[in-house]
Formats: sequence, C-alpha cells, structure tokens
Amino acid sequence: MKLDSALTNSRPPQYRGTKLSTRHLNLFYGPCQALRDITLDIPERAITAIIGPSGCGKSSFLRIFNRMNDLIPGARVEGSVELDGIDIYHRSIDVVELRKRVGMVFQKPNPFPMSVFENVAFGPRRHGRVSRGELQDIVESSLHQAALWEEVKDKLDQSAFDLSGGQQQRLCIARVLAVEPEVILMDEPCSALDPVATLKIEDLMRRLAEKYTIIIVTHNMQQAARASDVSAFLLMEGDICGVLVEHGPTAELFTKPKDRRTEDYITGRFG
Amino acid sequence: MRKRSASIAIARDARTKGLQRRWRVGERVIEGGIFLASLLAIVVLLGIVAVLLRQGLPIFAHTPPWEFLFGTKWYPVSEPPTFGTTTFFVATIWVPVVATVIAVPIGVACAAYLAEVAPSSVRESVKPVIELLAGIPSVVIGFIGLLLLSPLVQSMFNLNTGLSGLAAGIMLSLMSLPIIVSVSEDALRAIPDEFRQAAYALGATRWEVVRHVSIPAALSGISAAIMLGVGRAIGETMTVLMIAGGALAVPVSPTQPMMPMTAAIASGIGNAVRGGPQYQALFAIGLLLFLITLAVNLIADRVLERQKRKFVR
Repeated sequence: MKLDSALTNSRPPQYRGTKLSTRHLNLFYGPCQALRDITLDIPERAITAIIGPSGCGKSSFLRIFNRMNDLIPGARVEGSVELDGIDIYHRSIDVVELRKRVGMVFQKPNPFPMSVFENVAFGPRRHGRVSRGELQDIVESSLHQAALWEEVKDKLDQSAFDLSGGQQQRLCIARVLAVEPEVILMDEPCSALDPVATLKIEDLMRRLAEKYTIIIVTHNMQQAARASDVSAFLLMEGDICGVLVEHGPTAELFTKPKDRRTEDYITGRFG
Repeated sequence: MRKRSASIAIARDARTKGLQRRWRVGERVIEGGIFLASLLAIVVLLGIVAVLLRQGLPIFAHTPPWEFLFGTKWYPVSEPPTFGTTTFFVATIWVPVVATVIAVPIGVACAAYLAEVAPSSVRESVKPVIELLAGIPSVVIGFIGLLLLSPLVQSMFNLNTGLSGLAAGIMLSLMSLPIIVSVSEDALRAIPDEFRQAAYALGATRWEVVRHVSIPAALSGISAAIMLGVGRAIGETMTVLMIAGGALAVPVSPTQPMMPMTAAIASGIGNAVRGGPQYQALFAIGLLLFLITLAVNLIADRVLERQKRKFVR
C-alpha cells in the first residue's frame, strides 16, 4: 500500500495549498450565537487540530465543513466557507455530494448495527452500483488503509460490535475512507479510547495525511502537539460564543504562543 | 472453634462501629409484594389454560381430534351433531392476513414518517390522534364497517354481499394500525442518533438513512409491533362477528363471507347447553385459538431473540 510508506514528520504546512477556508464565519443556533467571525485556512494534506475548552464551539466548527449543522433545526450560518474555492453554503451545493467529499469520524465509535463488511460497504453501496467484486476490493483496501485489515479479515461477517473500541473507531475511519473523501473531519476520535488505541489512531492519522486533509477536534493538548501540523485555538467569549483566538503551525503555537490566553490554556492554567 | 470466636469478634466490632447487618423490613415487604404480583400473572395464565383444557378436552371423546381439526361440517344441533372447525380456522387465517397486509406497510411508513421526518410539532399532535384510534370500541368499528365499508366492498368486487373476510380485514387493519404505528415509532426513536449522524456524514440521503439504517436497527421493535398487531387481529371478536359475514363454508377467497373462530365462539356460546358437546367444542376452539396466539408469540420471541443476538451493543 502506498500509504504504508515511511512517516514524514514536520512537513512545513505553509507550503501547502489551502483546502478549506472560512471567512468571517458566524454560526447561530436559533437566537444564540455559537461561533463569531472565524477566518481560518485549512492546509491541504495536513492535520489541523482545533483545540479549546469544552463548550467553546470546536465540534460546531468542525461540523461547518460537512454541513452537519444543517440537521439541527434553527442552525444558521453567515460568512463564507469554501472547499477548493467553492462556497459550500451556496444554494446550488448538494449536501449529499459535499458529505461524500468531506467525511466525518465521531467522538464515540458509532459503527452501524451490521457486520464489519457491511459497515465499510455502506457508503459505496449507497453511492452507486458496484459489483460484488468491486465492493470486496473497496472494503479490503479501506480496511488496509485504516490499519484494521489484519485484525478483522477473519471476522468480516461478524457484528461490528464484537470489535474493541479502538477497532470500532478504525472501522469508522475505514467506513469513511471507502467513500473516497478528500477531507476527513475527526471529532475527538480518541476520547473514548485507551492510550494504546489512541496511539494507533494517531499513527493512522499521520499516514492518512499523506493523501487526505484532516481536521481533528481534540481536548488533549499532547495529542494536538504530537499529531497535528497546524493548530487553531478556540475560546468562548462572553457566555457561549466561540471565537478564534490564535492559529498557526503547531510547533509555534505550542512553543511561542502569541496570545496570553493561548499560553494559559496550553499550559493548563484554565480549561 | 477459632473460626467461630473470630466471627463473634467481627460481629461485635461491627456492632460498635454501626456496621452490623440490618433487617430492613420495608425492603422485604416490597420485594415479596413484587414477587407475588408477578406470580399472580403466571397463576392466572395457568388457570385459564386449565379451564380451557377441562372444559374443552372432553369433546374429543365425542369427536376425534382429526375430525375436529380438519372436518368442515359444523352442525352442533343435528342428531348426531358434528364438530368440524376447519371453516373457522381458515377464516381466522384470512382475516388477520388481510389486516396485516394492509396495516404493516402503512403502519411502518407512518411510524417512519413520525420518527424520522416529521417536525416535532407535527409528531406531537399526530401521534396522540393515532393512538386515539386504538380507543375506539370495536363495536363502533363494526358499525362503520357495516354501514360504510361493506357496500363499498360489495360494489368494488361485484359481490352478493359486502360482508366478507375482506371487509373485516380492512376494519381490523384500522384497529391494529395504532399499535403498529405507536410501537414501531417508539422503536425507531430509540435508535441512537449516532447511527443516523454517521449515515448522513457518509452522504446518505434521508430515505437511505431511514431505509438502510433506522429501520434495520429498529427491526426487532418493529417486528414486535407487527406481532402485537397480528395478535390483535386474531383475537378481535366483535368486529368480525358483525362484518365478516358469518358463513359456514370454508372460504377460499377473502371476498367470501366467513366466520372466524372468535366469532364462532361468541355467537355459539349463548345457545350452547352448559357442559354439552357444543359447549365443549366451543371451549376446544378457544383452546385452539389460545395455541395459535401462543405460537405467534413464541415465533415473534424467537425472531426478536435472534435479531438481538446478531447485533447487540
């Protein structure tokens, strides 16, 4: 597999193109504003970490990019969000097609109540007529990419719930990969996992970043420092409204934060 | 000996520290009460079975089981009387089948709409209305069938009489609909939202989410709902008595008038001599009905169990 090539660390993200960008983004849930005036570029084929205390709008921000907020009644977006320069909130955009390009991994592993195979095959089955043989290939290569094939190749027909938590989460990643997205959103993908499983996921993320643009929301400062190229720090201003305090290459943000609040947060003075 | 003295010492220490075991009377009384309540349900069930057996089984001294089950002649007051129940049995198959074929697709679709599509304001006003349908007395349903539906069925299918298994089945589908909708909707709503979120995030459309995620995940609950609906259709008496037609010939098509087992018991028991052969035969029909519903329930249980074992979290 191509993706199994050696890890490349410390890739300078500033040389990469921009995959996603937001300009003066505001998000409202009914009368409450959840995000205010966020302008941020997400580099292509790199890992962007979104950090910040609980309730600052990290997950809401992540869900901007695949328009999962659309499912919440009363949610409203202002400003622009672009994928490859195209405004994804324009009324000519098809949400289903967008979500094929921008996949998502959730906080709690959420495999479907189906077999391992059917979980991975779910996306391809929905999105076109594929023969049984093609489906086999897609499932196998997705599980390979998610570094799960060796562990599950003999239990493809078993319930996905028979897998461990870490395996389930990698299955969810494989399920996303099977749709062949360009961007993968990860919403605290390791918060329900033990340290060993967490490291496996991080390792996997590093490899996937060769090919995919990854945005990860995390509570875990070490994880952001270890696993991301770029970091963005969100904080709530006033009561509930999230603002972008600072962003930049992870190494800089963690060693020479420009903003006092960032420093306080990453050194654990509040949170 | 040493052990015993050590035990006494511990008990003494426990007493001094306020840790000694207490005899909680209230707890025991409540535990016992709950146990008795559950015991009561079983006792009543066994009692019913015992009565059916005691009153019904003696008929087999008069009519052999084979003839009782597969005979088509029901002449309880002839001399000698014959008690073949196939007519009733076949009617008891037809009517619920018609009811189920109509109620299941509509009921599941309605539940899916309420649980997955409808805004909460619509759901909160529609669901109670549907559940209200369950509260309509079956005799009223029978009236409506008699008055409105049976002429319609008669002219649509060009029949001699609209009173038929079909008319009864349609009315019964109205009666099992609220059960199917309500229980299926609960099952669908119990599916964790994370499954739906995952499917949406994979680019599934709403229909695909309902069809390929929610309904399969809720299948055990939906099958339970269907079984409850079928059970209602099998056991319903008044409506079928009024509009199934009450004919004593084995029905080969649902458009014929027929008399299901429940209707046969209800119409016959009034003029049966207590303890006489007809009386016994009617109890034996009751026993048969009980066995059918028992079988339906057992099959449903099996299906649910298998479903559960397959994908438990």
